[in-house]
Amino acid sequence: MELLSTNILIFAALALFMATAAFAAVTTSRMMRAVTYLLFVLFGTAGIYFMLHYTFLGAVQIIVYAGGIVVLFIFAALLIGKGTIDVTHTSKMRYFAGLLTSVSGMLITLYLIVTGGFSTDKFTADGVPMKVVGTALMGTDKHNYVLTFEVLSILLLACMVGAIMIARKK
Amino acid sequence: MIVPAEFYLILATILFFIGVFGFFTRRNLISLLVSTELMLNAVDINFAVFNAYSHPEQLEGFFFTMFGIGIAAAETAVAIAIIINVFRNAKSIHIKNLRNLKH
Repeated sequence: MELLSTNILIFAALALFMATAAFAAVTTSRMMRAVTYLLFVLFGTAGIYFMLHYTFLGAVQIIVYAGGIVVLFIFAALLIGKGTIDVTHTSKMRYFAGLLTSVSGMLITLYLIVTGGFSTDKFTADGVPMKVVGTALMGTDKHNYVLTFEVLSILLLACMVGAIMIARKK
Repeated sequence: MIVPAEFYLILATILFFIGVFGFFTRRNLISLLVSTELMLNAVDINFAVFNAYSHPEQLEGFFFTMFGIGIAAAETAVAIAIIINVFRNAKSIHIKNLRNLKH
């Protein structure tokens, strides 16, 4: 019983933190602040993965997302400089249209989740051993992912070449 | 006892629609990219949660999340290269100055 309340409390704190940071990220007018709030959300997501006992996924999240992608964002925001202040939303009309769309979509989805009744009671606190992750990434059997892994490496290579081609000076 | 799966799904839904809201209301290319990242992140949470609570023996959601993170990294790199190039040509990344891209 004690464990229940602890888990729920940690989750509630994490969820509140993430939702607040996400809302701040889409409403603040300065780009650097928006990127920093995004960083908070990404760290919170890593915390969610740790709560699911997916420690490797949490580590990947921190290294790639919080470490790599946010650095790219900050780099871009600093390069662009003064142009990055998002002064205001264009019109009240568009603002309320966006608000209406997202709130109604959120309500519909929440209703479906609460009444859906997923059969999701197989959770075990075992986590995934590193050896299983390694063999599944490099294996060729069923539920193994060597082809996806290689395709993703080609994609990353193509992205690097493409980014250099796009961003270089003429 | 453990946290019910619905709690994670509710959190992911809230994050996703905050991203949607940002995507509709922000007028700056980098803000739009930040909103997209929020949405992608919420979807990644959903994959991991469904894997952990519904099929813990197969690890499909686990690897979907991992590949999703990798693809998000690639997408962000290219998008930021494009944004910097747009800024170099148009001297602005505000949406209203980018009408030329329409036709």
